[in-house]
Amino acid sequence: MADHLINLINVSKEYNGTKAIKNINLYVRKNEFITLLGPSGCGKTTTLRIIGGFEYPTDGQVLFEGTDLTVLPPYRRKINTVFQKYALFPHMNVFENIAFGLKIKKIEPKIIAEKVGRILELVCLSGYEKRSINSLSGGQQQRIAIARALVNEPEILLLDEPLGALDLQLRKDMQLELKAMQQRLGITFIYVTHDQEEALTMSDTIVVMNKGQIQQIGTPVDIYNEPKNAFVAGFIGESNIVSGIMLEDFLVEFAGCKVPCSDQGFATNEPVDVVIRPEDLKIVDETEGIFKGSVKYVTFKGVHYEMIVEAHGMDWMIHSTRLRPAGMKVGLKVDPYDIHIMKKVAANA
Amino acid sequence: MRKTWLAYPYTLWMLLFTVIPMGLLIYFSFTTNSGTNTALTWTHFQRFFEPIYLKVLLRSITLAAISTVICLLIGYPAAMILNGSSLKYKNTMITLLVLPMWMNFLLRTYAWLTLLERKGIINSLLVAIGLNRLDLLYNEFAVILGMVYNFIPFMILPIYSVLNKIDRSLIEAAEDLGANPVITFIKVIFPLSLPGVLSGITMVFMPAVTTFVISRLLGGGQITLIGDLIEQQFLLVGDWNFGSAISLVMIVIILITMGFTSKYEREQTGGGLW
Amino acid sequence: MVTRILKRCYIALLFIFLYAPIIVLAIFSFNSSRSRGTWDGFTLKWYYEMFQDRQIMAALYYSLIIGVTSALVATIIGTMAAFGIHNMKPFSKTTVMNITYLPVLNPDIVTGISFMLLFIFLKIRLGFLTLLLSHITFNIPYVILSVLPKIKQLDKSMYEAALDLGATPFYAFRKVILPEIMPGVITGLLLAFTLSFDDFVISFFNTGSGVSNLSILIYSMARRGINPKINALSTFMFISVLTLLIVVNILMSKQQKTKEEKI
Repeated sequence: MADHLINLINVSKEYNGTKAIKNINLYVRKNEFITLLGPSGCGKTTTLRIIGGFEYPTDGQVLFEGTDLTVLPPYRRKINTVFQKYALFPHMNVFENIAFGLKIKKIEPKIIAEKVGRILELVCLSGYEKRSINSLSGGQQQRIAIARALVNEPEILLLDEPLGALDLQLRKDMQLELKAMQQRLGITFIYVTHDQEEALTMSDTIVVMNKGQIQQIGTPVDIYNEPKNAFVAGFIGESNIVSGIMLEDFLVEFAGCKVPCSDQGFATNEPVDVVIRPEDLKIVDETEGIFKGSVKYVTFKGVHYEMIVEAHGMDWMIHSTRLRPAGMKVGLKVDPYDIHIMKKVAANA
Repeated sequence: MRKTWLAYPYTLWMLLFTVIPMGLLIYFSFTTNSGTNTALTWTHFQRFFEPIYLKVLLRSITLAAISTVICLLIGYPAAMILNGSSLKYKNTMITLLVLPMWMNFLLRTYAWLTLLERKGIINSLLVAIGLNRLDLLYNEFAVILGMVYNFIPFMILPIYSVLNKIDRSLIEAAEDLGANPVITFIKVIFPLSLPGVLSGITMVFMPAVTTFVISRLLGGGQITLIGDLIEQQFLLVGDWNFGSAISLVMIVIILITMGFTSKYEREQTGGGLW
Repeated sequence: MVTRILKRCYIALLFIFLYAPIIVLAIFSFNSSRSRGTWDGFTLKWYYEMFQDRQIMAALYYSLIIGVTSALVATIIGTMAAFGIHNMKPFSKTTVMNITYLPVLNPDIVTGISFMLLFIFLKIRLGFLTLLLSHITFNIPYVILSVLPKIKQLDKSMYEAALDLGATPFYAFRKVILPEIMPGVITGLLLAFTLSFDDFVISFFNTGSGVSNLSILIYSMARRGINPKINALSTFMFISVLTLLIVVNILMSKQQKTKEEKI
């Protein structure tokens, strides 16, 4: 546990009788870029705010390097936050905003000027010291918010959906910049987002949350390739999810066919969820496929074609660079290694 | 709807009932009527600069300023506390705060007569606990009390309104960066509340400096403020010229006060004075 | 915890300060003697006398009539004016708005005196008419200031949509524009009534021939010293205002509820 910077043990938070988060258990390591990922209302922001000190848990422990963090108010934690709407002080200019935390620590003005200059360089906004906040564009304000937090050299940086208000290209650029920054500075980043692509791009570890509970923790590759349940499978990447029955090890029945797969360890005839990624489902000649059907719609997505094939009473999503036009009769085939079996999750997790 | 003519009746009305009267006021203040001749003159304004009258001006400004400061000192914390209370109480408390203003202004001022009299409630209470009677009425204390009492909601409401609009995340950001509640207040909350403070100061100082009811009722005619002076000149003495001149001086004071505060005012209502 | 108690005490003290005079007046309106230091028994006679007093009732009557009339007239002129101003070119708009601000920014004593000068200059005798005219005049700007923002907020495309769907301009105005600006109009109307009903200074300088409103009456009575009838009047007015506010509040929340139920 030596490198666990933050430890959340059975943390719950209740508002007016409803639990926003239930029994959250997770740890954050030094120099880790960890992302809390989930849809609106899943509790990711609540968890972040508890770490930041803006909420107190109703139950459970929050430890920082082994000691209780909840006794410290936000202004005494070695943690800084980048707020969703930046929260830059409108009555101060760029320099004063960034220097705010440093002035409180009574650092010498000369050193403050140095640090502010350096951090502005880091976010590529050198020379902006005297600018007023509302003369800045969204992207610039965003970077000043990051600068203001980072200049205090916190051990942990919390980021609450910081890129949400930016347009697509800027967002993608900032994702790479933030990742590079984190690696260069060696600071732990705890990042909150609902955008799964963003999470996959930037994180060392992803914590998938839904309805106040953790669904899965893992590396981006793990989460993408081995989703633990239907929710994670549906939330990360596109998926075809259908109900099936695990007949025996390495054999699953779904959509009326018995299909070989690579999973084992389930009870005989156990009902399961079967997940196949659209890029893993191959369209082949009618005679060669496990399933037979016809193409319903085709959408051009730039990178690939997205085709909906109706087969065995279901709609299947396929991504392929090869176009099969609507109406064409086709067969579907999938490699056993690309079929993911997961236990069915109870209706109200 | 290109119907600017809809405003013409109004414009006409205002020309007749607002612009012309102001013109008359200006006319009277700059002229003297001596039988057949009317001549332009500065004498009325010069008269105003005599010591007796300057004293009145000074006293009005002083009392109004003291009342404004007291309203600020009492009102700012009140606005903060109201802003910090939970939602269900907020609206009730604001309504309770505003309710007395619905009572007639004179009645509210008159009510203090009962309390402040030599034989009134407060003095009776003091006697009951063995202290001497105090002279609470017909002096500057009573006038200041009357001003504060009447105008303090005008200080609390704008400050409350601005405080209410401050984004919570600014306060959280300040705390996140290491500011304890005191520093957060000094560096973030107070500066952002300044528009409300200036608004409150204007809304208290202006009526306070121009009132004559409060000084008449609670000052018992002993305290003469500019308002009293103007009223006397018009209704008692009959010197309309002097009275008009004093009125113009009063307007100038108001304009200066507003010029000060509107420097910080950022709000525009689509057609402002400045 | 301590701070919370302190905060509550502070607010409580403030409210005591605000309400003490009113409550004291109310209590002594039931005092059977005129004394303001001792309690001599409960009585309703001052209320009885108040209602019998011709002067008081006349003043009440005038206050109400002037209030309602000036508010209505001001609202009509003001609303029309707001539309006109909204469509003006910047130069005329600023000029008119500056004139509008004049009675608002001027101390009421200056406004009152300037009206008086006008009436005397025009050789109109001071009385009911001058009182009414001055009240209408100072009310209109407040109506404009209440309605104009609402007009600015209007979505022009709503009006055009109505025309597109077949409405005549007048119908579109009635069914689309009017409901949207109604809150501003109502606010202006109530504001005008309140200002008029409560006014003292302007009325003081512009009335005559025995026409008094409530404020002027109270002023002259108060100059002569404490009078329990005033106490009764004050308590009566306070209860009326309070009742009115409660009734309006209940009506509004009922309206809200039926609106929500319809949805």
